[in-house]
Amino acid sequence: MVSAALLTTIAVGCCIAAARLRRAEWPVRGPYVAVIAWQALGLAWGISTIGALLAFGLAPYGQGVFGGLIALAGDALSHDLYLSELAGTPFGASQVAAVVLAFGLTLVLFCGLVASFVQVVRVRRRHHDLLELVSRADPEVPGARILDHPAAAAYCLPGVLRSQVVISAGALEVLDSSELAAVIAHEHAHLRQRHDLVLLPFSSLKRAFPRVRVVETYYSAVALLIEMCADDQARRERSAKELAMALLRFGTKGSAAVPAGALAVTAGDQPDVVTRVSRLLNPAEALSRPAAAGVLLAALTLMSTTLALWHLPM
Amino acid sequence: MNRLGDLERAVMDVLWQRNEPLTVREVGRALADRDLAHTTVMTVLDRLAKKGVVARAREGRAWRYRPAASRENYVSELMFDALGQTGDRDAALAAFVRSMSGNEAEALRRALAEIDEPRT
Repeated sequence: MVSAALLTTIAVGCCIAAARLRRAEWPVRGPYVAVIAWQALGLAWGISTIGALLAFGLAPYGQGVFGGLIALAGDALSHDLYLSELAGTPFGASQVAAVVLAFGLTLVLFCGLVASFVQVVRVRRRHHDLLELVSRADPEVPGARILDHPAAAAYCLPGVLRSQVVISAGALEVLDSSELAAVIAHEHAHLRQRHDLVLLPFSSLKRAFPRVRVVETYYSAVALLIEMCADDQARRERSAKELAMALLRFGTKGSAAVPAGALAVTAGDQPDVVTRVSRLLNPAEALSRPAAAGVLLAALTLMSTTLALWHLPM
Repeated sequence: MNRLGDLERAVMDVLWQRNEPLTVREVGRALADRDLAHTTVMTVLDRLAKKGVVARAREGRAWRYRPAASRENYVSELMFDALGQTGDRDAALAAFVRSMSGNEAEALRRALAEIDEPRT
């Protein structure tokens, strides 16, 4: 029961920490560290919530979560489930419910991740097949395929063997050559560092809990941070001003050709592009090394404590 | 892009240019300058059919092939993906900038004007 209480505390703590991280100002100065913090919080929340339910449900075994799971599996294999006998008493019923809920949550999270992955692979394959047929190469724009469409778009199609940066004709029209180079550097950073894989668990979480505002908000927070990471990479090769100008030109051109309303911006929040542009034009001091180390250490402690509590036989 | 992709593109271009369903032989003839073997053209058309971008119907003893959709349709589909208009596809592609509302675009336009001014 002690471990159940502690794991519940961690799960609640993760929610509070996520809400605070969402409002904090330092992630803008250290997007990489912030992304790691988000990953640690998400993972620790999942492990501690499932762990708390199991610790409560398997308490009669008195062997902690891991030991309890092994004992449960042993019981299930050898004879009638130990839990089914317990279900007769009112206390036992709630414990059975907790174990069932824990398995259900694990299944939802796991299936969500698999479904997201399958969906992403399918969309990318179709996209790549079509791209191969209708895009063209341009000697003036090395390292990218051109799509003849008047709207402005620049994006990357991640993949192990077939990654690709794509620029639309509309984008070529509004960008000068140095801005274009900055955009391509930004997209190549996404491909090189496989930012899509970082975002995948968060998008699958969004998929597993549709219409939950909090999940949606956290997803867009991480997505914005990842864009900032790519901005920072591009800034090593090109000037920040070129990138900011490219962002602005995209913003003003794109809206003319594209129906509005797809972007989920909550009222009162600054739009993502504006945040990115102002960050590029007025760069704040990068997160100090001790501060970054502090956050990473906290993330590591959180993860190891949560996992250790799975083994606590109390 | 590889050689196969190049061939597929050439074959699709032929099908898009001609407004009628074509046989393998006719496609091969249209690409006479490439000097392709009959089986090569057949393989390429077969691959395209498997990908669902080409539809085929039997006429007499030969298959006739036509594009499943116009070139413009496919370009629009790609742009639709890219600009994040399709709800749960957002993890598949990473767009430089997502589409935005009129107000945001207006704010950006003003910012752009401010930056551009010192230049002129």
